[in-house]
Amino acid sequence: MTAITPVSGPRHPAKDTAAGCFHCGLPLDAAVFPVTLDGIEHDTCCRGCQAVAQTIVDNGLGAYYRNRTAPAPSARSSGGVPAELGVYDMPEVQRNFVRDAPAAVHEKEASLLIDGVTCAACVWLIEQRLARLPGVRAVALNYATRRARIRWDTQVTALSTILRAVADLGYNAHPYDSGRAEERLRRERSVLLWRLFIAGFSMMQVMMYAIPVYIAGGAMTPDIEQLMRIASLVLTLPVALWSAVPFYTGAWRDLRSRRVGMDVPVALGIVIAFTASVGATWNAAGEVYFDSVSMFVFLLLAARFLEMAGRARAVQTQEQLVRLVPATAERLMKDGAGATERVAVASLQPDDLVRVRPGGAIPADGVVVDGVSTADESLLTGESHPVAKGPGDLLTGGAVNLDGVITMRVRRVGEDTVLAGIVRLMDRAQSEKPRIALAADRVAQWFVAILLLLTAITFAVWWQIEPARALWVAVAMLVVTCPCALSLATPAALTAATGAAYRAGVLVTRGTALETLARATHFVFDKTGTLTSGHMVLAGVKLLSVDTRAQSLAHAAALESWSEHPVGRALVAAAQGVHPVASGVRTVAGQGVEGVVSGRLLRIGKPPFVAELHRQALPPELDCIADAVSMVALGDERGWIALFMLDDVVRHDAPAMIRALAADGLQLALLSGDRPQRAAHTAAELGIAEYRGGATPADKLSWVRELQAQGAIVAMVGDGVNDAPVLAQAQVSIALGGGTELAQISADIILMADRLDTLAETVRASRRTLRVIRQNLAWAVVYNAVALPLAMAGLVTPLVAAIGMSASSLLVVANALRLLRPAVAGTAAVQQR
Amino acid sequence: MEILYLLIPLSVVLVFAIGGVFWWALRSGQFDDLEGPAHRILMDDDDREH
Repeated sequence: MTAITPVSGPRHPAKDTAAGCFHCGLPLDAAVFPVTLDGIEHDTCCRGCQAVAQTIVDNGLGAYYRNRTAPAPSARSSGGVPAELGVYDMPEVQRNFVRDAPAAVHEKEASLLIDGVTCAACVWLIEQRLARLPGVRAVALNYATRRARIRWDTQVTALSTILRAVADLGYNAHPYDSGRAEERLRRERSVLLWRLFIAGFSMMQVMMYAIPVYIAGGAMTPDIEQLMRIASLVLTLPVALWSAVPFYTGAWRDLRSRRVGMDVPVALGIVIAFTASVGATWNAAGEVYFDSVSMFVFLLLAARFLEMAGRARAVQTQEQLVRLVPATAERLMKDGAGATERVAVASLQPDDLVRVRPGGAIPADGVVVDGVSTADESLLTGESHPVAKGPGDLLTGGAVNLDGVITMRVRRVGEDTVLAGIVRLMDRAQSEKPRIALAADRVAQWFVAILLLLTAITFAVWWQIEPARALWVAVAMLVVTCPCALSLATPAALTAATGAAYRAGVLVTRGTALETLARATHFVFDKTGTLTSGHMVLAGVKLLSVDTRAQSLAHAAALESWSEHPVGRALVAAAQGVHPVASGVRTVAGQGVEGVVSGRLLRIGKPPFVAELHRQALPPELDCIADAVSMVALGDERGWIALFMLDDVVRHDAPAMIRALAADGLQLALLSGDRPQRAAHTAAELGIAEYRGGATPADKLSWVRELQAQGAIVAMVGDGVNDAPVLAQAQVSIALGGGTELAQISADIILMADRLDTLAETVRASRRTLRVIRQNLAWAVVYNAVALPLAMAGLVTPLVAAIGMSASSLLVVANALRLLRPAVAGTAAVQQR
Repeated sequence: MEILYLLIPLSVVLVFAIGGVFWWALRSGQFDDLEGPAHRILMDDDDREH
């Protein structure tokens, strides 16, 4: 048609032959999208990356590509420029993250969180691009926190223009709301860090004055010694008055609620030691222990800080969850013309139609009505692989739509959503204390009360023997004992373990669950839907006529394609969609389907129903098969054509899980409402010695009760919906939660990814947790048993007491925080964002 | 040993001075981003192509 024109011209750029996308580094497909930079043509992988790279080059920012040390995030899924940024210009949306710039009219300042900042060149790129926008007064992007502060003139430009410029570069900017819990935690942390710093700094300096006095013995002139004391006093003042404040408030809170907690002896010790030292300085006589006070406060604050950092990491997951839901959604107008409007997610109602673009988060629970895509549900289920979604599939709010535009019908909003349910369950678990923690709390209370009493007695006794030392012995007693292993380390261990479990896809909904799981002796499994997938598959075909296997299967599928029965679906799936069309189809509920296929009147279903057509008995040797598995028969007016055996297959991860549990020395049992033969079959396949089939819910309940009467601690694993009574009877219940039904499940532990392989690891993790708690308690007992008598005997100076107690609390907290490390390697996704 | 009468008070003053300087540095954001500025200095702002 047309002549081929040579493509090479004088200005044709040289070709870059790198294997990956120039912009994002992903492998290139057949179709490439070129971008020219510095006279060299580079290939990008998609239109999105091409547009971003072109924007960067056109703005004269090509230096980004020379300076960067990591590839950019792919623009493939962002689908170019996100729509409707105009919503960010609305005052009600801006309220949380925009404020008026100080000392400037018409100027505003916003905090934004920028996603996709992978190296320092990104910072340069974004700052340069934004600074060149008219009306932008100042830009500062923090590489460490990914937070940008932007000031602009509202008369010249709008926030949406700025956000669009960021989006054009291939980054996502979110409003950063400083009122969030995370921000509060950060501020709390920085105050604690300051207290720690002041105490540490003062401790070092006070030591400088204290050590010479110790070494000199009495060789120092009194006035120099007094000068040292005054200097120490001045430096300890900020520690006693500011750094130690958390202990005072803690002690005051305890006393007001008429309890004695671990802060009471600590605060008492600090106050007595400090005031007595001040008194000694005033009188220029006697011992001073300013060094002990500052060291004690410093080391205790260090333990607190460590515990807080661990807690923050555990809570982080929960924070991420809340952040999953977007602020706005694209709702389809009711007129049906396909136009959309941007609305706040809070104003969505059930039955609204919402469009979700690639890269966008699903705003609420719902069902796909149009479009095909995949969704990333990793933060909801721990499942790292994207899940395919098409019309009719359920969507969970908070999942991320990865590659296609989908329209969804909203089913549940706000507090009814799965995400809200997860957060609620996590809150509940954290608000409950397991028995061991409750016991530790009670013991700690008694311990402190007895300690205060003993201190008073010891003081009185020493007052008789040697009045000068009485006070310091009492202070050493208050300081040296350490109830923190009881009060501090147990909650830290549980929080750490719960957080690590969630990241592996296991949701612990009860505070007592991990403890009981660790003690469990018997694991009882439900079969259908738990050990097996709950989906029927074709296990075998017995041909009874001249028809071939493929023919019979095609005929069966032709009839069953009209049926919604699981067996029917399995047959249609086995025929792989290749089957003729049936006419005159009639479905008889609970019996089967009748219809005309290829001119033959056929029936499929239960053997008696099919036999009505031809009045022949089933060959007798097949009766045993009929017992072993689900079976449907196909026949026409002349006789039987084929028998289809169907089976519910065992989950692929079940055998490994059973082996792991058995290896840990646990007793395993299978309880099924299914026919005994089938229960036996599954039990044999998995190597479970004890099984019971044909059990009614009442049977299951009494069976579990019987086990418990023999002293067993039973963990029941079920699907959480159908076997609720027996789950409730077991000491600890574990349910498999397939995404959207999560809200209806009542169980102590939910395996969220609908996978079994996380179970064995969870059992091990719970045992580790219990072991760590016991280690800590044992240490607390041994330490206090040794330290208390020594202190009473006057053998411990306040300085040694401070070191001993602080070291002990650091030890238990550090031991508890070992549990934060995710132990599930390779089996579950630990995907951090 | 008379010098101690000067040195000890001086050390106390120094401690407070150092603490104050550190407090100012932290408040004014000197430690907020420890990595970015090191790279920023290497990149030219006036590097326009075309």
